Amino acid sequence: MMADSGSNEEVAVIGNTDITSTETESNIINTMVERGTALLRKMEINKHGQLKLFQVGGAPAAPDTLWRRYSEFELLRTFLLVTYPYIIIPPLPEKRAEFQWHKLAADNLDPDFVERRRVGLENFLLRVASHPVLSNDKLYFLFLTEEKGWREAVLETGFQDKVDSRLKSLSAMFRVKNPDKRFTAMKQYSDELNTVISQLLRVRARVADRLYGVYKVHGNYGRVFSEWSAIEKEMGDGLQSAGHHMDTYAAQIDDILEEEEHYADQLKEYLFYTDAVRSVCKKHELIQYELEMAAQELISKKQQREELATGTVRVFSLKGMTSKLFGTESQEQRESRLAALEQSIQEGEETLKEKNTECKEFVQMAWQDIERFKEQKDKDLREALISYAIMQISTCKKGIQVWSNAKDCFNKM
Amino acid sequence: MSFSLEVLGSRLTWTWRRRTTWRSTARTPPSQTGGPSSPSSPSSMMNQYREEEEEELFITVDHPESHVTAIETFITYRVVTKTSRSDFDCSEFEVRRRYQDFLWLRSTLEERHPTLIVHPLPEKFVMKGMVERFNDDFIETRRRALQRFLDKIRDHPLLRGSPSLNVFLTAQDLAPHRKQTLSLLSRWGGTVKMLSQSLRGVRSRPEEFSLMQDYVEQLSSKICSVDKVSQRIVREQREYVEELQQYSAPYKTQSCTRHLSSTLIPVLHDYLLCADTLKAVMKRRDNIQAEYESKREAMERRGDQEGEEEEEEEVQALQEKVEVCNSSLQEDWSRWRSSMRTDLKTALLSTAENNVQHYEKCLAVWETFLLSQREEGSEQKEEDVP
Repeated sequence: MMADSGSNEEVAVIGNTDITSTETESNIINTMVERGTALLRKMEINKHGQLKLFQVGGAPAAPDTLWRRYSEFELLRTFLLVTYPYIIIPPLPEKRAEFQWHKLAADNLDPDFVERRRVGLENFLLRVASHPVLSNDKLYFLFLTEEKGWREAVLETGFQDKVDSRLKSLSAMFRVKNPDKRFTAMKQYSDELNTVISQLLRVRARVADRLYGVYKVHGNYGRVFSEWSAIEKEMGDGLQSAGHHMDTYAAQIDDILEEEEHYADQLKEYLFYTDAVRSVCKKHELIQYELEMAAQELISKKQQREELATGTVRVFSLKGMTSKLFGTESQEQRESRLAALEQSIQEGEETLKEKNTECKEFVQMAWQDIERFKEQKDKDLREALISYAIMQISTCKKGIQVWSNAKDCFNKM
Repeated sequence: MSFSLEVLGSRLTWTWRRRTTWRSTARTPPSQTGGPSSPSSPSSMMNQYREEEEEELFITVDHPESHVTAIETFITYRVVTKTSRSDFDCSEFEVRRRYQDFLWLRSTLEERHPTLIVHPLPEKFVMKGMVERFNDDFIETRRRALQRFLDKIRDHPLLRGSPSLNVFLTAQDLAPHRKQTLSLLSRWGGTVKMLSQSLRGVRSRPEEFSLMQDYVEQLSSKICSVDKVSQRIVREQREYVEELQQYSAPYKTQSCTRHLSSTLIPVLHDYLLCADTLKAVMKRRDNIQAEYESKREAMERRGDQEGEEEEEEEVQALQEKVEVCNSSLQEDWSRWRSSMRTDLKTALLSTAENNVQHYEKCLAVWETFLLSQREEGSEQKEEDVP
């Protein structure tokens, strides 16, 4: 988790001021990563005004910019996942380009991809900054301010120990008896959303491919009309200018698809969000399961005590069996055992109480965040849809323009 | 009606002039000064219009039907003629014709007018991936091409009056007529063979015909390119629409592909075939010139001998023939070029218009969608306000 993933890393610079292009260049020159790629980005002050990030105050003077690698982002996110298991943690952008529409191999160093990743990382930080709970996290603050000491600080928290084993959460999933119905429903919804978005992204990639073909082939008209116009007298001018319009039309698709990529990225963010939602639901299952286990254990211990007190055997225990076989134990032995059991029961009751509280708190906080997430999701997706519609409208208008121009040219033939 | 309505402007004088040169019915040549009989004066326009009205001819090709006999299966098309022309016995005719009959008509016309440009017929077979010869798309495409063919003949100032056309449009049974011309054709075929065997080629082709030749070569290759591009676009569009279906998107776009295939591409195909026609016409013209030249050379070589007068007359006749053929081809060439320009311009305009309409439809759909989304959004906002 902590290991650097090697050569394919880009580096992010977080700054609070508008970075001019000359500054940008000098920063790029100053920092050389293995492949010589550098990311530059500026971070805007968060919307809720909670992060007084760059205020001069009690905090030590923060540098204007610092560098972060993708792996450090991953580390931060993992830390947040473990520390706030009841929060839907914003996702990181994809590591490898998926759902690509052009047949070229998804190149992680392609400048367009790098830029989109930069936007995704910036988005991640902004999401965290605007979250009512996460924005207060000290390590998040350090991520933005302490370039050198941050990694140690994170590791010092010992959060790795808190990570639930996969086995534990799997068994919880199968064996939990009374999961909160709301969480089950949420998990189901999240899975459905995941399927729908994946499908949508896949189809989009294929449609984009085809549309690209349609537009670009029209560019051939441009070349052919131009050649043809050379041998014509009366038709020459009309054909030639129509050809130019065909070239214009063919070029339109590049911008269209680039913009569409942006919307695909927004969808992808929610695709990855579904994983985060799933995690929260699984954590709930785990906690619920542990609660059930604790309750179960307590019941069994109490039964044992009862048996011991009354001498009846209702629950099978090895001690009870062996004493039956090898003779009953002495009064002293019985009393000491009873005392130990009482102790255990007390501890059990404490544990149960704790688990109960833990569970209740978890459910309450998680559900609060889920409500917040739902609202955010609805708003974001609606906005994205509207923007997409606006983009399509613009595409149609451009198409009308170009073909009307072509019509005028043909009229002159 | 399309031809007769184009009586305005230069077409008017051109039509009129053609008639005086070529029609068997005698007409007095116009005076060059203004007056009722001058081409551009209003009264002569009126005369023209009246004459045009008397020359109306509408032809439609439709209702394909399949016929199955013991030997073969073939398709016939209904050919309906409505006319007010005097060289037709009635004003309405309805016959059934098959592709072979069209072939007959065309070859008769070519034979009678070897240096006129007769519009080509659609190809006999379509090679690419045709399993059934008679699937609906193929029949419809062919029907349209046959319609265009007859329209072109009807529009042609010289061919429209051809007796073969009359027979084609009116005779219930074409068989006896076809047998007659068969012998004619075989004779003509023989003559051509004889000529080509004795030819050394044309001596000095007039420059305008060499230019014509070059142009035809180049045009045919350009049109071929445009056709290839159009076919590719059709393919890409079809695949695009297929993918779109998966979206269940708010719009359907089948109209795009249909239009290109039904409007631009058939016209392009016609003109590709025209290239071959033109080459054949120029070859025939060359042959006529070559025949004249060889006869003349032969005569010059013989010098003073008996039978000179006869030979001289023959050579003279051939010379006149060459001149007549050349000028007829020239006239027809410029008519053809003008017609080609119109056809291609119309087809390209139609394509562009179709695309504009397609985008306008999409625009309407997205704008409606946007409106509905915004309304929903504002409704929600209203709910939020306590």
